[in-house]
Amino acid sequence: MSKSNISFRTQIWRRTILILVSFYLLLPIAAMADFSTKSLSGHRGLESWRAIFQQPDLIAAIFTSLELAAIVIFLVFFLVVPTVVWVHLKLPRLRRPIELICLLPLAIPGIVLVVGVSSIYRWISINISESPLTLAAVYSMLVLPYTYRSLSASLNSVDVHTLAEAARTLGASTYKMLFGIIMPTIRSGVMSGAVISIALVLGEFTLSSLLNFQTMQVEINLVGQNDGGVAVAISLASLLFVFLLLVAIPTTINRKNQELKPEPA
Amino acid sequence: MSTITKGASASVELIDIAKSFGPVKALAGLTMEIGPGELVALLGPSGCGKTTALRALAGLQDLDRGEILVDGIDITYLAPNRRNMGMVFQSYSLFPHMTALDNVEYGLTLKAHKTSPNLRVARGKELLDLVGLASHAKHFPHQLSGGQQQRIALARALAISPQVLLLDEPLSALDAKVRTQLRDEIRRIQLEVGTTTVFVTHDQEEALGIADRVGVMRNGILEQIAAPAELYDRPATAFVAEFVGLTNQILGQVSNGAIEILGVKVPTLPGSITSGSGIALVRPETLKITPNPTGTGRIFAASFLGASCRLTIDLPQHNRIVAQVPSSDAAQLGAGANVDVSFRSNSIFVKQIE
Repeated sequence: MSKSNISFRTQIWRRTILILVSFYLLLPIAAMADFSTKSLSGHRGLESWRAIFQQPDLIAAIFTSLELAAIVIFLVFFLVVPTVVWVHLKLPRLRRPIELICLLPLAIPGIVLVVGVSSIYRWISINISESPLTLAAVYSMLVLPYTYRSLSASLNSVDVHTLAEAARTLGASTYKMLFGIIMPTIRSGVMSGAVISIALVLGEFTLSSLLNFQTMQVEINLVGQNDGGVAVAISLASLLFVFLLLVAIPTTINRKNQELKPEPA
Repeated sequence: MSTITKGASASVELIDIAKSFGPVKALAGLTMEIGPGELVALLGPSGCGKTTALRALAGLQDLDRGEILVDGIDITYLAPNRRNMGMVFQSYSLFPHMTALDNVEYGLTLKAHKTSPNLRVARGKELLDLVGLASHAKHFPHQLSGGQQQRIALARALAISPQVLLLDEPLSALDAKVRTQLRDEIRRIQLEVGTTTVFVTHDQEEALGIADRVGVMRNGILEQIAAPAELYDRPATAFVAEFVGLTNQILGQVSNGAIEILGVKVPTLPGSITSGSGIALVRPETLKITPNPTGTGRIFAASFLGASCRLTIDLPQHNRIVAQVPSSDAAQLGAGANVDVSFRSNSIFVKQIE
C-alpha cells in the first residue's frame, strides 16, 4: 500500500469523525434554533427572540448573571490567580493541599453544597444583603477546580520561578513582578479559567434555584413553563455568547502574538 | 561599535556568611572580597555552595548569619529589587511575552531605574548592539537560539547599569562551540563595561579562561582564591590541586621542605605536609620525558591532542602516570618506547597518605 493511499484514507477517516462529532454537537443547537424561530402555527419568525426583550424579569436575571460572571472573574483574577502563583513560587509544599481543596467542589454534589451553604446564605440575607450577587462567593468556589487546573498547567509549562527572580533582580516590586511578568506569561491559562468561569456562572441552576435567587437559568426555567420558544431562544443566546468568548479570546491572544512577530529578514 | 556607558563598579565583601538547608550546610562561613571592576569566578563541585553564595549576593537567598557589603554598605537584608545587581541565570529567563528589546528595556521601565522612553530605547539598542544582536530587537525569546537568549539576558542585566553583575552558570545549557564563543564575549563585554562581576561555574576551563581571580569552593567555604595561573601552579590545598587540572599522584618522602620522588628533590608548596611519606600531586605538563632505551619508564599509550601529546607511562615502583609534552617533542615517544621521567616544576603540593 502506498504512502499517499494511507494518507488519503486517514484523511477520509478524520473527516468522517469530524463530521459525525460536529453533527452530534450541532444537532441540538440547530434544533434549538429551529424551535425558537417557529411559531405554534408553523410559520418562521423571530417572535420568541423579540419576546426576550419584553420580559423585564428575564432581562434583569440576564444582567444579574452577567454581573455575577464579572464579579466571579474579578475574584478569580485578584484572589485565586495571585494565590496560586504565590503558592507555586513561595510555598511549594502547600501545592498538594491547595490542589486538593480546589478540587473539592468537583467531588461534592450540588445538593450537598446547597445544604451546606444555605444556613450561611440565610444569615447573609438577613444581616448583609438579599442581592443575588452574593452568590458570587459560592460561585467563585465552584469555579475553583477549573481555574486551578488551567492556571496550574500554565504555571508548570514555564519556569516562573526564574522569571520571577529575574524580574526582582531587575528592580521589580512584588506587585510588578506578579502583574507585569507572571500574569502575562500565564495569560492563556488565566483566560481559559475566565471563560470556563463565565460558562459555569451563566449555566448554573441548582444553587441559585434552591437558594431562591433569580438568575438567568432560574428565570429561563420559569419562562419555559409559559413559553418554551423564549426559554429556548435565551438558552441558545447564552450558549452562543459563551461559544463566541471561547473562540474570541484565544484568537485575540494569537493575533496579539502575530502582530508582535518580526518581519522576515 | 557604539561607546557603551560604563557601569558603576563596586567592591563586594562577603563576611562569614552561612546558610543551612536542614542538616546540609550550603555556606559554612564564607568570607571573600572582590575589588571594583574585577571578574571573580566561583568554581567548585555540585553542592559546594557557589550558587547559594551568588543568590545570597543577589538577595534571592536569606542567610543564617554573616554580612554582605557593597562599597562598604551593608545590604544583607536589602530586598533583591533594591540591590542594583544584574543577574543572568542558568536556565533561559527572558520574559516570553516580550521582544528582545522589551526584555532589555524592562529594568529601565521600573521605579528603581526609571528612564525616559527615548533614553530607554537608545540604551536598549546600545546594549543589543553590544551583544551583537541589534538585528534581533523585535524577536521573541522562542524565536532565538539558546546562545542568543543568554546574550539578550546579559544585555538585560547590564541595561540597569548594575553595581555588580552576577552570572549563574550562564553557559551550561549551551553546546561547546557556542559556550566558548559566548565565554569570550562575556569577558570582552565585562572589560568594556567595567562592572564588578561574579561568575559561578563548575567548568574549570571556563573559570580559568575568563576570570581575574578564581575562588575554589568546597563544603560551603572558600578553599583558595587566586589568579588562574597561581591557582593552577601554586594550589593552597590538596583539594584545589586535585580539582583544578589533572594531577598524577606520586609517592615520596618529605623532609626539610622538599619531597624526593623519581630520584629528584622538589621543594614543596606551603600547606603541604612537612615530613614523612606523602603523595606529590604532579601536573602532567611538569613532567619532562626523555627518550632513553635504558630508561625506567615505558610508554603504555600516546594520544595526539594537536599542540600537545598525552603519554601514559608505566613506572616500575609507581602507579601509571600521565605526562603531557609538546607534539614537536613527541616524535620518538610512541607506545612501547622506554623513557626517563624527571621534573620541570619548581615546587609541588604534597598531601598526606589517606
